[in-house]
Amino acid sequence: MNRSLPILIIGGGIGGITAALEVAETGREVILVEKAPYLGGNVTGFNNYFPKRCPPTCGLEINFRRIRSNPRITCIVGSEVTDIRGKEGDFRVQVRSVPEMINDRCTSCGKCVEVCPVERQGSKAVCIPEGVVFPAKYTIDPQICLGEACGKCVNVCPCDAIHLDADPSVEEYRVKCMIVATGWHLYDASRIENYHYRDEPDVITSLEFEQLLSENRMRQEKLSRPSDGKMPSRIAFIQCAGSRDLNHLPYCSAVCCSVSIKQALTLADLHPEIRTEIFYIDLRLSGRNEDMLVLARQTPSITFTRGKVGRISRDGEGGLLLEVEDMQASVRRRDPFDLVVLAAGLVPNRILPVLETGEYGFYTEKQAPGIYVAATCKRPMDVSSTVKDATASAMKAISGTV
Amino acid sequence: MGLAVCSGCDIGNCLDAESLCSLMAGQAEGIVCMHHPALCSEEGLGKLHRMVRDKKLDRLAIGACSPRVKSSFFQMDGVLVERINLREQVTWVMEAGSEDARMCAEDYIRMGLAKLAQIASPAPYVPEKIAAEIVVLGGGVTGLTAAVQGASAGYRVHLVEKTDRLGGYANRIHKLSPVTAGHTALCEPDVASLAALAESHPLVEIHLNSTLASVSGEPGNFTVELDDGAGTVLRAGSLVVASGWKPYDPSRLQTLGYGSTGQVKTLEEFEQFAGEGKIPERVLFMLCAGSRDKDHLPYCSAYCCGAALKQALYVRESNPGSEVYIVYRDIRTTGFQEDFYRSVQSDEAIFMTRGQVESVRQSGQALEVTVLDSSLGERIRLETDMVVLATGMVPSTTTDLNLQYRLGKGLPELKYAFSDSHFICFPYETRRTGIYAAGTVRAPMDIESSREDGAGAMLKAIQCIECVSRGESVHPRTGDRSWPELYMERCTDCKRCTEECPFGSYDETEKGTPLPNPARCRRCGICVGSCPERVISFADFSIQSISAMIKAIPVPDEFAEKPRILVFVCENDAYPALDTAGMKRLKLTPYARIIPVRCLGSVNSVWIKDALAQGFDGVLLIGCMPGDDYQCHFIHGSELTEKRGENLGEALRTMMLEPERIRTRFVEITGHHEICKMINEYAEAMEALGPNPYKGM
Repeated sequence: MNRSLPILIIGGGIGGITAALEVAETGREVILVEKAPYLGGNVTGFNNYFPKRCPPTCGLEINFRRIRSNPRITCIVGSEVTDIRGKEGDFRVQVRSVPEMINDRCTSCGKCVEVCPVERQGSKAVCIPEGVVFPAKYTIDPQICLGEACGKCVNVCPCDAIHLDADPSVEEYRVKCMIVATGWHLYDASRIENYHYRDEPDVITSLEFEQLLSENRMRQEKLSRPSDGKMPSRIAFIQCAGSRDLNHLPYCSAVCCSVSIKQALTLADLHPEIRTEIFYIDLRLSGRNEDMLVLARQTPSITFTRGKVGRISRDGEGGLLLEVEDMQASVRRRDPFDLVVLAAGLVPNRILPVLETGEYGFYTEKQAPGIYVAATCKRPMDVSSTVKDATASAMKAISGTV
Repeated sequence: MGLAVCSGCDIGNCLDAESLCSLMAGQAEGIVCMHHPALCSEEGLGKLHRMVRDKKLDRLAIGACSPRVKSSFFQMDGVLVERINLREQVTWVMEAGSEDARMCAEDYIRMGLAKLAQIASPAPYVPEKIAAEIVVLGGGVTGLTAAVQGASAGYRVHLVEKTDRLGGYANRIHKLSPVTAGHTALCEPDVASLAALAESHPLVEIHLNSTLASVSGEPGNFTVELDDGAGTVLRAGSLVVASGWKPYDPSRLQTLGYGSTGQVKTLEEFEQFAGEGKIPERVLFMLCAGSRDKDHLPYCSAYCCGAALKQALYVRESNPGSEVYIVYRDIRTTGFQEDFYRSVQSDEAIFMTRGQVESVRQSGQALEVTVLDSSLGERIRLETDMVVLATGMVPSTTTDLNLQYRLGKGLPELKYAFSDSHFICFPYETRRTGIYAAGTVRAPMDIESSREDGAGAMLKAIQCIECVSRGESVHPRTGDRSWPELYMERCTDCKRCTEECPFGSYDETEKGTPLPNPARCRRCGICVGSCPERVISFADFSIQSISAMIKAIPVPDEFAEKPRILVFVCENDAYPALDTAGMKRLKLTPYARIIPVRCLGSVNSVWIKDALAQGFDGVLLIGCMPGDDYQCHFIHGSELTEKRGENLGEALRTMMLEPERIRTRFVEITGHHEICKMINEYAEAMEALGPNPYKGM
C-alpha cells in the first residue's frame, strides 16, 4: 500500500471536519472535500447544541484553528466527488468544483456587497455567513447574480479577487483510502400531508426553527412567526413528524426529542411568556440528556402531552388548529397554536452509487476495502456521537481494519 | 525586526501608514518598516518577503487584519511573526480618521513591537525516549477493539485485564440484540472472535490477572507498573482506559422486591439465567429500575430498553405459551432499533404497559405486581413468575489507574461520576493528557457504541504519541510547540501552579516544589497566571511579553480627557466575538486597549497591578462562560479569574483605588453585540468614575 498517498474525507460537516483533523494530527496527509462554499455543514445553522445549550461556533472555532495551523490538510470547498476508481491503497477520485468566482485573494472587506444590486430575502448575491466561517471569504450565489453584464463587484474589488467568468474545474486525486461523511438532511415534511407544511407558513421544521432562533440571536431580534411577523404566544412541537412511521421513516431519528426539548428550554429562557407544548409518543433522551427532560418538566411554560397530532388546519383567526389524540387523558382535543414546529427526521445524504446502501438508504458500515463510512450517513445520531464516530472512522482508516 | 503596515480594507482611512512607519522607525532603533495598500496581494507579499530576505529579519510585526484570517499568507519559515489586528479591532469599529482611532492603532503597533522584542520561537520539548506503545486498561469489548485497532495501525499494545479471561461483561451475554437489517432475529455473541483477533495479533501483548500498580511519567514516556505477581514494568506513550461499568446496586431497590425473593432478578442476572436455560413462563420486565430517578441514578443508561426487549424474546422463544409484561416509562430504541421494538410489539404475548411498578409481593409460587398504569390512570395487578429489574449502568472507578499524579490517582469525574468529556464537540477531551477514557466508563452506552468508542479513543492515544514526538501540543492548541519553563531559583513552593493546572501537569516534591511534566501540558498558560513570583513562562507568552505590551502604551495624562482601559480577552471565544463585531462594523470605544491571552486563567495579577499603577482607568477581563455548562476549553480559567479577583481586591485597597477598576465578565463566542456593550459600558463607567490618580506618576 502506498503510505504516502493522502486520505480523502468526503463531506466537510462536523463529522468530516473531525475525521480530517483526527487523521491529519497523527501526521498523515488529508484532502477534505466539501460541496458547500464553507465548512461546517448543518451545525453552522444551529443556534445551540444539546444538552449544554452552547453555541456550535465555539467548537468550530477550535477546529478551524486546527485546520488553519495544520499544513497536512488540503481543504477543497464548493466541490463534489464525482467518480471513484481504483482500489484500497490507490484510489483515483474525480473532484468537480463549481466556478470559483471569488478566490483566496478576497479579504472580506465588503466593498462588493456595498455595490451589489441584487437582493433576495435580506441577502445580496455576494455574501458571507455571519460569525465564525471557514474559509473566511465572500461567495457569490450564481442563482441570483446578474453575471458579467453587471460586474459592479468586479470593478470595486480592490484585490482582484472576483472573476465572474471563472470556469468549473475537474481534478483527479490519488488517495490511499477514504472516509465518507456526507451527513444528513431533514425529511421532506411536506410529505406528511395532514400537517400542511407546504401551504401553512407557520408550520415549520425544527431545523427552520433552529435557524430562526439563531438569526434572532445574531441580530438581537425577538422571535416572530413567518406569516405575519407577530410574536407567537403558543407553540406546538410535534415529535416523530414522519419518524417511527411506516409510511414515512420507519426508524427513530435519535435526535429530535432532545432537539425539541432544547428548543423549548431555550425559548423558555428568552421568552418565558410563550407557552410551548410538546406532543410525543416516547421521550427519548439518553444518558445525561435526561437532565434536560427533568428541567423541562420543572419549567412552567412547557407542557408535555403524549399523543399524536392527527391534522393541522387554519382556525380562521390567523392561528392554527391542532387535532390531537391525547393518549394520556384518552380524549380528542382541538387546540389553537400560533406556530407549529415539526420535529422531522434525519435522512442520509448520499453521493455516488459505488457506495453500498443498506437500511432505509443509509450507507452500510461494510464497504469495499479502503472505504469507511462515518456518522449520520450511516445511521441517525447526534453531534457528540457524530464526533465520536468520525474519530473511530479516522482510526479505521489508519489501521485499515473495520 | 520588521514592521509591515497594510492600508487596505479601509485601514488607510484610519491611519496614515507612511507617517506611522516613520514614527515607529524613529522610536526604536533597528526597525525596518514598509507599508502597502494590500499586503496580502501577490505584490504586497512579494515586497514583504523581499524586505525580510534583504534585511535578514527574524522578527516581523504585521499591522493588518486579524490573525484569524490570512494565516497561511503571513507564515514565514524562520521568522517570528506577530499579527497586529488593525482591521477588525480598530478600523472597522471606530470612527474613520478620528484622532482616537489613530492613537489606538499606534498603540497596537507599539504593543506588537514590544511583544515581539520579548518573545522567541519555541524550541519544542520532546521526551528523551518516546515509547510508541499503548497500554489499554480493560479487556472488554471496548478495550479489545482499541487493542486490535491500535495494533493494526502498527503500534504495540499492552492489554491489561484484571480477570483471567478477555471479553468482560460481553462474556455473560447469551444473545445480542439484532444488528442486521430487519432487526428481528437475535444474533450470536461475537466477543470470542474479537478476543481471538487480539490474542493472535503479534503486536498485542495480553496481561491477564493484572492490574495497574502505578502509572507515572508523561505522554510519550509513561512508566506503567503492573500488579501481576511478576512485577512487570511497561513503557507507554499513552493509555486507553476501558475499565467498564457495573450494574446499579439492586439491593437499594428493595421496594421493588429485590432481595426479598429469589424471583426478582436484574438484567445481568437474567442474562445468565437465560444462558443456563432456566427461563420461567411468565416474566415481567420493569424498565428504568433505579434509573431516571433522583433518588437513584438520575440519568438514562441508554442500553436497558434494548436489553429488556431482547430478554423478552428469550422468554418468548423458550416457550410458545409464555407471557411477558414490559412496564416502561418511555421506550428508547433509537435509530434502526425501532424496527426491533416494532417486531417485539407485534408479538401478542408481550404486553407493553406504560406505568410504574408500585409493589412486588410473593403470592404462593408466583409474584403479585401492582402497576400504576399511566395511560389508564389506574392500578392493575399482574401475576408473574419472575420480575426482571432493568437496572442502570454505574461507571467503574478510574482510581485503579493509580496515577502518581499530584492531583490524584484517577481521571477527574464529571457529572454522575463518568470520566466523560464536558465538550459535545470533543468527546475525547481529557484532563489527563495522553490518557483517554473509552466505553462505559466514559458514558452509558451499548456494545455497538462501545466498539466505536474504543476505536476513537485509540486514535487519540496514537495521535498523542505522534504529537508528542513532534514536540507539539494536543487538542485544543494542537501544534503549539511552546511549553512552560520555570525559573526555579525564585520559586517559593507555594503550590499554586500544581493545584491550578487543569491537566495535572505538575507533580511536587515532598517540600512542595513543582516538578513540571511538559508533555502533559496543554499550553493554556494557567500556571503563568497562577504564579505570584512570576517564574513561569512560555517562549512566546510570558510575564515579560505582556508586561512589555502594557508598558508600551502611553497613557494620556488626566487633563487629556482620554481615558484608557485595558482589556484582557480570551483567545478562544471573546477574541473571535470581537472579530465578528468588526465584520459587522459594530462600534467599539477607542479608549480600550485589548490584549488577547491563551485563557483568562493565564492572566497574572501583576499585569493588572502594573496597568493600574501606569494610570489605566480600569482593567476588564473577558473570558468564556463558567458554571455547570462552562465553555472554557481549559476547564476553569474563568472561575480561577474570579477566585483570584478576591486577592486583587486587596491590592486595590492598598493602592487606595476603587474596586470597580477591575472587572471580570464572560461572553459566548456568539456574543459580538454583548462584548462591544461590555467594553463600551465599562469605558463609560470608568470615565464617569474619574481618572485613575496614578496617571502621570
